[in-house]
Amino acid sequence: MIDVNRQGDVWVVAEQNDGRLHEVSLELLSKGRELADRLGVRLTAVSLGAKVSDQAAALVRHGADRVLAAEHELLAHYQTNPYAKVLVGLVEEHRPQIVIYGATPVGRDLAPRVASACWAGLTADCTDLEIGDHVEPGSTEKHGNLLYQIRPAFGGNIIATIVNFNRWPQMATVREGVMPRPEPDASRRGEIVRIRPDLSPKDCPIRVLETRLAERKVDLKAARIIVAGGAGVGSKENFKLVWDLAHALGAAAGASRAAVDNGWIDKDHQVGQTGTTVRPALYVAVGISGAIQHRAGMGEAQKIVAINSDPHAPIFEVAHYGVVGDLNRVVPMMIDAIKKRV
Amino acid sequence: MAYNLVVFVKHVPDTKRVTGEAMKEDGTVNRAALDMIFNPEDLYALEAAVSLKERYGGRVTVVTMGPPQAAERLRESLERGADDAILLTDRRAAASDTLATSYILSSLVRRLHSERPVDMIICGRQAIDGDTAQVPPQTAEKLGWPQVTYVEEIEEVADGTVRARRNTGRGWERVECPLPCLVTVTDRAPAARPAAAKRVMAVKKARVRSELEREVAGAMPDAPAEEQAAEVRRRAEALEARGLLIRQWSLDDFKVDLAWCGRDGSPTKVKRIQSVVLKGSGFKVIDPTPDAIASMVHELIEDHTIG
Repeated sequence: MIDVNRQGDVWVVAEQNDGRLHEVSLELLSKGRELADRLGVRLTAVSLGAKVSDQAAALVRHGADRVLAAEHELLAHYQTNPYAKVLVGLVEEHRPQIVIYGATPVGRDLAPRVASACWAGLTADCTDLEIGDHVEPGSTEKHGNLLYQIRPAFGGNIIATIVNFNRWPQMATVREGVMPRPEPDASRRGEIVRIRPDLSPKDCPIRVLETRLAERKVDLKAARIIVAGGAGVGSKENFKLVWDLAHALGAAAGASRAAVDNGWIDKDHQVGQTGTTVRPALYVAVGISGAIQHRAGMGEAQKIVAINSDPHAPIFEVAHYGVVGDLNRVVPMMIDAIKKRV
Repeated sequence: MAYNLVVFVKHVPDTKRVTGEAMKEDGTVNRAALDMIFNPEDLYALEAAVSLKERYGGRVTVVTMGPPQAAERLRESLERGADDAILLTDRRAAASDTLATSYILSSLVRRLHSERPVDMIICGRQAIDGDTAQVPPQTAEKLGWPQVTYVEEIEEVADGTVRARRNTGRGWERVECPLPCLVTVTDRAPAARPAAAKRVMAVKKARVRSELEREVAGAMPDAPAEEQAAEVRRRAEALEARGLLIRQWSLDDFKVDLAWCGRDGSPTKVKRIQSVVLKGSGFKVIDPTPDAIASMVHELIEDHTIG
């Protein structure tokens, strides 16, 4: 157990794959920077791998004051046990007050393992983090400057704010795509601390037999415009309308869970709580009612156009432009209007 | 080689079908208005365990922690091929966060493991009420066992190891992990088979003790407490003789430090709950006419959203 340490740094656990930093690590740095400045402490990034000097430099450019660079050949490929062992050792030694991870399959595998070993709290899949005070009901003791760990729960129907005041560090995983990515600043300077962890093969019980990278067929996160179809589209054949509008706009095609579950489009295209979280410049929702789980994944789009025949569809609550009408007529009108402008 | 397999399942509200009545005006969840279901990914875990048992022999014990009503999920597990089930229900375990829950479950598994060594715990990746995916890795850590998460296929178990293919988010990897270990499976693993009609009939009458207590209290409300207790005992013994008494454990049934259980044992506390309100700013209604649509497209081009 780690005692409360108000002077502790804010830590971001960077994730790298074969020498490349994961996008979410940069997103975490922008939030971590904000938290560290608010608390008046350093922002430390922790990078584990076989060789991480390039990543360490990038972490400094994106906002870290200090990088703990733990290098060992047994850390080349992510594995739960050796990664957790090194991280638990570093947490116990340096006693950070906050540790944040990306809510990726790696972060969600690693963070609970570390939290359990430290007997610390952990909140999963946060969509926001803030600093604030807390008084526990029935108590008068004020805990100042705690990490508010804000996350959707109950299938996205509620937003819960979680605090953790008597066991340190305060830990959270953060969803991909919800924090802005910081601009790199080549003039930034930071300290890089090289660490040679004590690891042996017995720390690695799992043997990786084969690894395969699957090319994602679609990169929704990178798309500036997304046209997404939902249950209202009605059939796989009719989903062509969504593709046609996407092509006319130079957009990526997205989908609600209902459309994916119906087999109209591959799961890689799914937007929402169980799919991808996106924040494009324009999101066109075609025949999507806008269940909370879907809205949680696209509500941050800069402009939202909703086309739905049901005027009470919840998607209209988040839309900037709402077209109440038959999508079979409205979508061709929209394609037509776009083509005429070109 | 037969394997002793433990499956964790959870009795959860159907959060995918939340309607207006399910949210109270103060923004909290009206649990009474929600249907309770078998956590979807736990069905995949159960299927994985039952098919390993069919292939190699062994035993599948299903464990759930929750209120007495969670016994429904245990009956369903027995229908779908589990051999044995345990309900862990105890008010002192209520309001446990993921750390306290994993501590309690790992303590329960320690007892099972000491009675008959457990080879593998299989869990669904996450539960739909919290979506945290934290309890399985935390349980594995507490037991000091390795974990293999996000598994899509358990390929084989041999020579004291399990081979599995897991999703890495960027593709997949095949790993070999020594037993005992903990595995979590996703909904890309083989789906659960339907319950066999024969088994449904066989386990229909299976009960946990608190269900018997409620049934007896309903059937003989005016009887004195000791008479009711005697009737509960009688029914329990009758069920046990037929192998239909589902074990009900409390925190007194295994070694556990209460300081790490329940709300007090949970480092994370809920500070605030808000119901979700998302709203667009500057909402415009566009008529479904070519002119109105064209003018909307024009606006989107003008403000550089398009093009």
